[in-house]
Amino acid sequence: MAVEDHAEKNLDEENFTAPTVTGPDAAADRQADINREVRQHQEQYRVSGARESQPRLDYAPYRSSVLRHPTKDPHHTDPELIELTSPAFGHRDVHDLESDLTVQGGGEPIGERIKIRGRVMDSAGRPVRNQLVEIWQANAAGRYIHKRDQHPAPLDPNFTGVGRCLTGDDGSYEFTTIKPGPYPWKNHRNAWRPAHVHFSLFGTDFTQRMITQMYFPGDPLFALDPIYQSIVDPKARERLVASYDHDVSEHEWLLGYTWDIVLGGSNRTWMEPEDEN
Amino acid sequence: MAREELRTPVSRGRTVENPPADLTPTPGQTIGPFFGYANAHEEVGLPYRGGPELVSRAHPEASRLHGQVYDGAGDVIPDAMLEIWQADPQGRIPEETGSLNRDGYTFTGWGRQAVDRLGTYSFTTLEPGAPGQGHAPYFLMVIFARGLLNRLFTRVYLPDDEQALADDPLLASLPAERRRTMIATRLDDGSLHHDIRLQGDRETVFLAYPGIES
Ligand SMILES: [Fe+2]
Repeated sequence: MAVEDHAEKNLDEENFTAPTVTGPDAAADRQADINREVRQHQEQYRVSGARESQPRLDYAPYRSSVLRHPTKDPHHTDPELIELTSPAFGHRDVHDLESDLTVQGGGEPIGERIKIRGRVMDSAGRPVRNQLVEIWQANAAGRYIHKRDQHPAPLDPNFTGVGRCLTGDDGSYEFTTIKPGPYPWKNHRNAWRPAHVHFSLFGTDFTQRMITQMYFPGDPLFALDPIYQSIVDPKARERLVASYDHDVSEHEWLLGYTWDIVLGGSNRTWMEPEDEN
Repeated sequence: MAREELRTPVSRGRTVENPPADLTPTPGQTIGPFFGYANAHEEVGLPYRGGPELVSRAHPEASRLHGQVYDGAGDVIPDAMLEIWQADPQGRIPEETGSLNRDGYTFTGWGRQAVDRLGTYSFTTLEPGAPGQGHAPYFLMVIFARGLLNRLFTRVYLPDDEQALADDPLLASLPAERRRTMIATRLDDGSLHHDIRLQGDRETVFLAYPGIES
């Protein structure tokens, strides 16, 4: 089999003009067109009587998914040894300070200081311990430090928007950060993403590996966002929305949010004793 | 050093305190376009400089696993991120920490890379040994991309041991043309080449596991 030719290897890393991000014709659709298609999916789901708890991969209102979703059914298989295990991360990998996104620059980032905390567990409610959690997000103005982000909103020299931590023995994680702003994108005309924080998660089994987005309660953009709406089940969508938690808020310092994360069933047979204490 | 941090991500069968009444798995979402990049000058977000080099290129057993990621129109996808997770050459599953901060000697079995503008990926690693009797050795791969609303899992089998491939229970359950999409090609330079196709005639076989809705 021939390797596709990619001789042009000396790429200009600084010049990201990928047309796929700012497609010329994508913005021709109106919000009303997107809303109509979103409603069609909702209605189809409602009458189907099925239960779905994950996003649809084939979800045309999110235009970039059209050529990027598999058309064949996934092949069901029982996981083997490597699939039942997961890479290990430790203090060699992650520094404690990386969970505070407000102390990474020379000064205080601008915006609403918040804490997000919760627990990572499997679908039996067992904590996922000592495991890596990574986040990335826009700044308070809705801008990422990324060369493909052309949104004319200010960068914040004191905010990278990137953090990571290891879960505790009880599966707990915690980040201090700035509330991200909503931002425009090119899916259709006047398209805006609800404010969100991207989360990357590992479980005890590599098959639990997932990436998702956490949203903030009451966002007026939820109904208009095809990425959020790609989860057609309303209760399932709400699982991505954090709760405001006054017990997490700190006096004269920050506002607190709680968000628990449940990873798909762990298939590993647990050999450890029920309780070592 | 790295070995001291051996750990079990195990919960001893106990639940968290006050587990939520609803334990339905949290939905995934697309990785989006802004997950970051790593090059000689910068590291932003998830990708990092040591991500695709599980071992040094100078390692006597270093092998290259590389290819491109394509969409349903046959165009390359320039904003995907891939991870591999694998056994070592003896078929042992690594338990060492340090993937994010490699010491140059410890094999952790896990790597991550954002594809380049031509959709190309290239891992430098050791080739995995068989995970057990009657199984052919493979890399487990997970694919994330802008436009892809949830991650996809696949296996990338080593092509060399035809008997092991013929005996592998997963491969045996697939029709021949589908089976091929999970087996890497050994190139003349000794490297392993493997393309990922998210859609179309030669669409890669993606896997679903019990308890994990996909
Ligand atoms: Fe985002």
